[in-house]
Amino acid sequence: MLIWAAFILEGRFVFRGRLVFRGWLFIEGARFTDDRRGRDLSVKSFEEINEKIRQKKAVVVTAEEIIKIVEEKGPERAAREVDVVTTATFGPMCSSGAFLNFGHSDPPIRMAKIWLNDVSAYGGLAAVDTYIGATEPSEKKGLEYGGAHVIQDLIDGKKVRLRAWSYGTDCYPRTEIDTYIDKDSINEAYLYNPRNAYQNYAAATNTSDRTLYTYMGVLLPRSGNVTYSTSGELSPLLNDPYYRTIGLGTRIFLGGAQGYVAWNGTQHNPSRPRADNGTPLQNAGTLAVVGDLKQMSSRFIRAATFEKYGVSMFVGIGIPIPILDDEMLRFVSVRNRDIFTSVYDYSVPSRSRPALARVSYEELQSGSVRLNGRDVPTAPLSSLRVAREIAGVLKDWIAAGRFELTRPVAPLPDRAAVKGLDVVGGEAK
Amino acid sequence: MTQIKAFLRFPPARVGRPVTYHLVKDFDLKINILRAEVAVNKVGELVMDIEGRPEDIDRAAAFAASEGVEFRVIDNAVAWDRERCVHCGACTAVCPSGALAMNRVDWTLVFTPADCYACDVCIKACPVRAISPGFDGEPAGE
Repeated sequence: MLIWAAFILEGRFVFRGRLVFRGWLFIEGARFTDDRRGRDLSVKSFEEINEKIRQKKAVVVTAEEIIKIVEEKGPERAAREVDVVTTATFGPMCSSGAFLNFGHSDPPIRMAKIWLNDVSAYGGLAAVDTYIGATEPSEKKGLEYGGAHVIQDLIDGKKVRLRAWSYGTDCYPRTEIDTYIDKDSINEAYLYNPRNAYQNYAAATNTSDRTLYTYMGVLLPRSGNVTYSTSGELSPLLNDPYYRTIGLGTRIFLGGAQGYVAWNGTQHNPSRPRADNGTPLQNAGTLAVVGDLKQMSSRFIRAATFEKYGVSMFVGIGIPIPILDDEMLRFVSVRNRDIFTSVYDYSVPSRSRPALARVSYEELQSGSVRLNGRDVPTAPLSSLRVAREIAGVLKDWIAAGRFELTRPVAPLPDRAAVKGLDVVGGEAK
Repeated sequence: MTQIKAFLRFPPARVGRPVTYHLVKDFDLKINILRAEVAVNKVGELVMDIEGRPEDIDRAAAFAASEGVEFRVIDNAVAWDRERCVHCGACTAVCPSGALAMNRVDWTLVFTPADCYACDVCIKACPVRAISPGFDGEPAGE
């Protein structure tokens, strides 16, 4: 009865032809039986796991470690014994930035044009609020310094030059300011990244005769290399492919601090083709994440410059996944050999680039992939080494009772289509 | 026998002289040219692996100097800042020699200076600028 009542409330429970039990179904820690399979589906609830975390008795392992545990103990025993699996990623994520509030000067200014270390920040918010985007280049140093570097400097406690201009108002008479700030001198400073933690991503190559400088790194001519940027079997959304436990409000590791999933990320596209294990075959879901910049560490947030492309930012994200039942256990035990992406030709200047091959992350991580009958060397852009470190830190936090899991406040959209932008005539109204 | 990596810089007037020939012929050195930038009336640069007896290499260096050619033994063709590095692997995408490679067990970057061609391509491929020229030769292609 409970199940059906919940389904009616949810209004939709079939997702791409399979049953999805939403996280909030476990609110009461209710155990229920699926008659079709005739066994207990709800191994643990969020509350039961959090109680164990509070008692420092939770069994926490990383998404790489769980694979071996399942091999040794079998899935059912693993599902019973393991409470939480930590996932992580540390890759360049351009759609990132920070909201800052500077506090009011005397006399006050309504900042309309703002620069931080000569990097332009947004002046279209209230008087002393701004958003600094990671990819904004410096007006003096070009691509060698940008918004991401400002963010890293703030995290590192460095002084940052703030210049602002205003047209002046009766209530905000000052028209110019030139001063220095740091993270302790300002009010709020929080990262808000509109699109992070892509669930899978295309691999890149270049079939043209010239070297290409891209956000996927330097692509050598005539398919001289293939680059990829995912932590594979350790990556958060590849371990919860249908977003059963990761949703709005999920507490996460962000840049060394505790942060939250704020919304689905931009271009969130769950309706991609998927493998039998649920993982999408192309870039699919995304997360918008938020967290307190003042508590972050530049070990897990790092400014980056992609030659002749622009500024970006390595963002460290770790997400815990509760092993609520057998299905979650199955999801988190996914392996690199069963996660696939396609290699795209970045020399085609179109949003619809041709796919040259489908490859697994096991192949990508092996050092070369077969492309048009030839072995092409591969290189990662996302640091598996730092991702592992993050998964380990998060595991320690949870095991030490310092980090409890959160049931999503609302689920991520389970269907959405990403639109293109067409060039059309007409008038704005 | 010992092996070193050397950087040779020819002033414009010396570019026409067969210095490398003499290094091989007179000092019995085994030379492998890793990088060459040679043009008429411009400073010429060679980066080479040199294998030979230590005393022959010393005599060859003295000979090069007497010819007006700057001869420098390179310990590190590029300098890798381990602390700054995030081990992403972007440099390994462009390294032609395999001197920069990923350890596929712990996924740290491994730099083997002896294998480096001193092509300097990695310097700009590194997103966090953890690689810089190891000596003050002009980077290739500049």
